[in-house]
Amino acid sequence: MTATHAAARVEEPSDGDGRTAKVPAAAPRRSVLRGRALRTTGFHLAAGLLSALWLLPIVLVLVTSTRTFDDIAAHGVGSWPHSFTLDGFRQAWVDGGQQRALINSLLVTIPSVLLSLGLASMAAFGLSRYDLPFRRVLLLLMLGGNLLPPQILLIPVSKLSEVLGIYDQLYALIGVQVGFGVGFYVFVLHGFMRAIPGEIQQAAVIDGAGPWQIYWRIILPLARPALAALSALSFTWIFNDLLWAITVLRTDTQMPITASLIGLQGQYVSMWNVIAAGSVIAAAPTVAVFLRFQRHFVAGLNLGAVK
Amino acid sequence: MALIGSTRRSRATRVPPVVLAFVLIPLLAEAFWVFWPALQGFYLSLTSWDGLAAPKFVGLGNFSEMVHDPVFRTAAINTVLWLVLFGGLSAALGLGAALLLQQERRGVGFYRAALFLPVVFSLVATALVWQAMYQPDGLINNVLDGVGLGSWKHAWLADQDTAFYAVIVPALWRQVGYVMVLYLAGLKGVDPALYEAAKVDGATRWQQFRHITLPQLRSVNAVVLSVIVIDSLRSFDVVWALTRGGPYHSSELLSTYMYSTAFQSLRLGYGSALAVVIFVLAFGVIASYLVRAFREAD
Repeated sequence: MTATHAAARVEEPSDGDGRTAKVPAAAPRRSVLRGRALRTTGFHLAAGLLSALWLLPIVLVLVTSTRTFDDIAAHGVGSWPHSFTLDGFRQAWVDGGQQRALINSLLVTIPSVLLSLGLASMAAFGLSRYDLPFRRVLLLLMLGGNLLPPQILLIPVSKLSEVLGIYDQLYALIGVQVGFGVGFYVFVLHGFMRAIPGEIQQAAVIDGAGPWQIYWRIILPLARPALAALSALSFTWIFNDLLWAITVLRTDTQMPITASLIGLQGQYVSMWNVIAAGSVIAAAPTVAVFLRFQRHFVAGLNLGAVK
Repeated sequence: MALIGSTRRSRATRVPPVVLAFVLIPLLAEAFWVFWPALQGFYLSLTSWDGLAAPKFVGLGNFSEMVHDPVFRTAAINTVLWLVLFGGLSAALGLGAALLLQQERRGVGFYRAALFLPVVFSLVATALVWQAMYQPDGLINNVLDGVGLGSWKHAWLADQDTAFYAVIVPALWRQVGYVMVLYLAGLKGVDPALYEAAKVDGATRWQQFRHITLPQLRSVNAVVLSVIVIDSLRSFDVVWALTRGGPYHSSELLSTYMYSTAFQSLRLGYGSALAVVIFVLAFGVIASYLVRAFREAD
């Protein structure tokens, strides 16, 4: 099936030595082995050091989140930990309103992902499988909308949601996330669906299937790799958004987790254990999605790359 | 354009109404939330508006005000500097990481995941993680003390001279893994036979990189460039969470200045004009991205 080629192109290859460096046959075997061992050690040293450097801030925030406030006040936020408590999490979760904020985030993110991918897959189906007039123009118009800097939209969107009477409601955030995101998803899904051979569709037409059935029973299942990749990607994008949230929402109890983190920062000044705990709570869902769907995630990033 | 498609592919020419609806509903959703507001945004940039009374048309007045606005000048210079530093460094570091981690070998999956992990954090969480490290009694100053560079200690985010750079570092920390993934996919597409041939010809590693790897990565470079420019001009969260553009606008970007002008000073017309400047800066990249997309969409 050609449809899977596009996916295979972006997926990680299986582990194992892909291309090992060819060594000249004339060289003595032992020095070759030693050279290779040296190079392997060097690689692991460099890569290990780099990874450690990259993971250090994460380790640090985890450690800070489990210290007591007294410990931080006495020894400084950058010191070795002298205490262990989960009280920071309790404060961030209960007093800091992170529980409410996390629920808000999920209430926005999950419908936004489902809606925008649902709508985008419909548009991509129409644009890729039928000879609509101005097919390419429509496609690029939709993609172009997604590439606009959001700043140009902020003021009108906040006014628009006021006019609609949904300002400061989660619906406004869902609306703008779907409207702004859909163009990109259409473009990616279009490229994917275009690669599905036309014979499959023709066979279905001969069997008497209508467009809805072709979409639902044939094209959508075949587009599953692209949909999975985009789901993982759009989940993190929407979940991590700050700008749209603070543009269409105002009340603290409506804010998603990113905006609530900024509130926490103002409310618990220099209580680094609470702020660190809040950051851990805010990052946990996307890290979980990443660890669970790592392959889709990486594939998704490359799907969006226009060559 | 549609005709070219129909001659090449044998496909039902009649478009069923339900398919039209499939395309029109998402298009209308985007038109409602994006195209219509964008047009309004351009119009508002020509007005003076406090959000309450009707917008007053002032022509290009907002833009001529910018010429004399020192904060605008700082924000514009910082935005360009951000593009160059954040963009250049994330491309260079991302490519470097990809070159280091391109070969499939034991443990490489872990290293890649470690570099990529920050990509999934929100910029706000990223900012808070780094904010703790930047504190006067934080890790960075402690390390400087520990290695005998105590005189380098700073209140990194509170000092006008360092705030801007202190904000770039967390943004880089998060972006490098993303660029690395793009380059890893690009490197995978380079034909190994090219390297074999170069080795036979006695090319050094640098020559291989210079004359094979870089030219072969040209299309990925274009992607990375678009991603970087678009991301740079959108950068807002990390600055907002760390410094709000301060102290004394020293870390102000056009995006943060636009937001505070519009939603805190309630100067909606001037804010829209700032947004138009951001759009103009992004336009070249958006256009070239669309041209490439147009070619790809056959």
